[in-house]
Amino acid sequence: MKFWRTPLDIDQLKIPKGDVHILEERCKGCGFCVEYCPKGVLKLSDKFNSKGYHPPVVIKPGECVNCDLCEMICPDFAIFCLRVEEVNKEVASES
Amino acid sequence: MSTSVEPAVKKEHPMEKILRMDRIPHIWCPTCGLGTVVTALATALDESEIDLNKVAIVSGIGCTGRVAGYMKLDSFHTTHGRAIPFAFGMHVARPDLKTIVFSGDGDLVSIGGNHLIHTARRNADLMVICVNNFIYAMTGGQVAPTTPITAKSSTSPFGNFEHPFNLPLLAASSGAVYVARWTALHIRRLTKAFKEALNKRGFSFVEVIAPCSTLYARRNKLGTGLDLMKFYHDNCVIKHGCDLKEVDIDYQSKIIVGKFVDIEKPTYIDCLNKGYKQVFGDKYKPYGGGDGNNGN
Amino acid sequence: MKAKPENVLTGSHYLDGNHASAEGAIAAGCRFFGGYPITPSTEIAERISQRFPRIGGIFVQMEDELASMAAILGASNGGVKSMSCTSGPGFSLMMENFGLGIMMETPCVLVNVQRGGPSTGLPTLPGQADMMQARWGSHGDYEVIALAPDSPQESFELTIHAFNLSEKYRMPVLIMTDECVGHMTEKVVIPSADEIDLVERKYTDKKPGEAWPYEWNGKSIPPMLPVGKGYKFHITGLTHDEKGYPVINAEAQEKNVRQLIDKVKKNADDIIWLEEWDTDGADIIVMSYGISSRVARPAIAKARADGIKIGQIRMITVWPFPEKRIRELAGKVKAMVMVELNHGQVYLEMDRCAAGQCVTAVVGHSGGTVHKPDDIYKVIKDVVK
Ligand SMILES: Cc1ncc(C[n+]2csc(CCOP(=O)(O)OP(=O)(O)O)c2C)c(N)n1
Ligand code: SF4
Ligand code: SF4
Ligand code: SF4
Ligand SMILES: [Mg+2]
Repeated sequence: MKFWRTPLDIDQLKIPKGDVHILEERCKGCGFCVEYCPKGVLKLSDKFNSKGYHPPVVIKPGECVNCDLCEMICPDFAIFCLRVEEVNKEVASES
Repeated sequence: MSTSVEPAVKKEHPMEKILRMDRIPHIWCPTCGLGTVVTALATALDESEIDLNKVAIVSGIGCTGRVAGYMKLDSFHTTHGRAIPFAFGMHVARPDLKTIVFSGDGDLVSIGGNHLIHTARRNADLMVICVNNFIYAMTGGQVAPTTPITAKSSTSPFGNFEHPFNLPLLAASSGAVYVARWTALHIRRLTKAFKEALNKRGFSFVEVIAPCSTLYARRNKLGTGLDLMKFYHDNCVIKHGCDLKEVDIDYQSKIIVGKFVDIEKPTYIDCLNKGYKQVFGDKYKPYGGGDGNNGN
Repeated sequence: MKAKPENVLTGSHYLDGNHASAEGAIAAGCRFFGGYPITPSTEIAERISQRFPRIGGIFVQMEDELASMAAILGASNGGVKSMSCTSGPGFSLMMENFGLGIMMETPCVLVNVQRGGPSTGLPTLPGQADMMQARWGSHGDYEVIALAPDSPQESFELTIHAFNLSEKYRMPVLIMTDECVGHMTEKVVIPSADEIDLVERKYTDKKPGEAWPYEWNGKSIPPMLPVGKGYKFHITGLTHDEKGYPVINAEAQEKNVRQLIDKVKKNADDIIWLEEWDTDGADIIVMSYGISSRVARPAIAKARADGIKIGQIRMITVWPFPEKRIRELAGKVKAMVMVELNHGQVYLEMDRCAAGQCVTAVVGHSGGTVHKPDDIYKVIKDVVK
């Protein structure tokens, strides 16, 4: 994560980090999650689920900020994101 | 940097506690927006920390009408157009519950239009979610009282030439105390609107513009539901509190969204209690409804 | 369970059938009424609107009869005994959600104070021509329960009975009265609360998560699930399974419709209520219901004075039709005559059940007034020839 200046409270700041879960069999390949993920974490895969749809795959696993947008916009309850804790130190060291 | 750390919680979709998972997958088409609107309601219910045992949901008939069947709440799938009066009866019998109506544009404003205006007039404490997909979807894409002028449908094959309803104007002028319009794309604002409506005492009305990919989009060669979502992105203008005469929707042009009305007004039951109290004095026991036991 | 004393206007009153019906509803514990004014039923709504505010009930004049019927189903599912009243044109509108009540198996009571039809017909004058509409007026295949009082006293009693049947069999119950009974004022004796038996709703005794709204077992009526208690159940007007979930196939349809039909058919003996006079050894039986059964009496007396062995049946329940009894009697008598204010609706059922075992006839009438006893007498004389 880049900041235009180092925040004063950088040692306390937590950049949320998420772990995306895709329930492939529920997915209908609408692409909403892919289109609206602010971090470009997802892409529709080439593989088919048993209903013949292309579920998304995570292409940038480290980039997910756990914003839940994919989860909220998915019309098929097929994707959700869980917060991964304890990543603040790494964020700080990267900046 | 760390790769994904296994979360301690069970990996189930967070909305599973509010959805009837034994009925998922739902019947809706790929790129239909209905599921998104359901997630918004589920999230609003979850975040508002309302007791889910005390929420009832009522739907009419249509693709949207199927929502009641997917929510893990006391849920009632009624007849075409009659969700509001059924919900009104439920509400009056059980004012201790929050009763939500979730139905389609055809259901609520065509066949059920009279019930909508009268229940808004009474300011019954109901929350009404109207999914406007501009069409009668369930029956194969016929023209609706919300179909924009020139839009095609199976019964307006050359385009619709009737004036459509302006739903926020209709609801507000009938007496609704909370009126908002969002699209399925405005997922966070929509969720917030649902939360506000859940907490509102009185008749709240939230219009949600949502893609019907299979019928509306296809018949009008507008692409998929995703294309409609992109259209909303490019064409929605947020104007909170704007003059409702301005919020008409023309075919494939600007859509004004926002929170239009948020006022306080005594509810149907408040008014009864106040009126009878004046007439009968202290002898009058304010009506609070049944407790689930007969003859309360 | 007994009625609550505060709900019962114990004593002797002069009431018309409509007011008596309203008192019956209150005594039965009805606390939600949704209706739309229509002659000649309005007095029921008026009395309820007068009485409810002081006893914790809610009367709502709805926007129309479509809404009225839907609202009483909503209120009943909310756990409150609910009722509406109407007449011809409103009855037509209510048929839509009457069907929903049948399908959802929701208890409630609907009074049709019949007037002359079709269409707007005779708003202020009697008819009994909605009887087949009561039986078949909503689409689809189902059974109904319909009661027909012949006096204000019975309007009171049958309204309580209708609530009891609706809770017992978990379905809407019809009271098919008529303008004459609705507007006739007579002495009505309202007993004390402890003399009034009420059937209260049976809710499941299972815990949330273990109970479904339609646990059909082919024998007993499945208990309902209460709202607001965590059962989070689903019910629908679509064909459904025991869980209340829609299932769109022939197998589910068979099970669902069978339940709606069987619960009435298999309990017909419990539901059917007839009054019989001199039917044993009779040559002729005059059948009727509601006001017509009173009008038939002088004609029957006159025929008896002529030496004709004549009996009478008054149907207190018209639906389900007393098939068994009619078949049985038809084998013993020479003729059966139906008297009703239409041109032979319930007659069709009587004739079907008689199945050629005896002569049948109807004393028909277009409505607007009651039969002249002489017209009934003439038909009786005709059939004995
Ligand atoms: C009395 C009645 N008339 C017609 C229908 C057929 N019907 C079912 S759904 C529907 C339209 C639904 O449109 P809408 O409410 O916009 O819901 P959508 O399917 O678009 O979500 C119609 C006309 C019906 N079920 N009942
Ligand atoms: S939670 Fe947000 S950042 Fe992560 S994948 Fe979903 S949309 Fe993208
Ligand atoms: S939004 Fe849901 S259904 Fe659509 S592609 Fe993503 S996971 Fe699949
Ligand atoms: S027909 Fe339209 S509204 Fe109905 S499920 Fe399909 S996309 Fe959705
Ligand atoms: Mg629609």
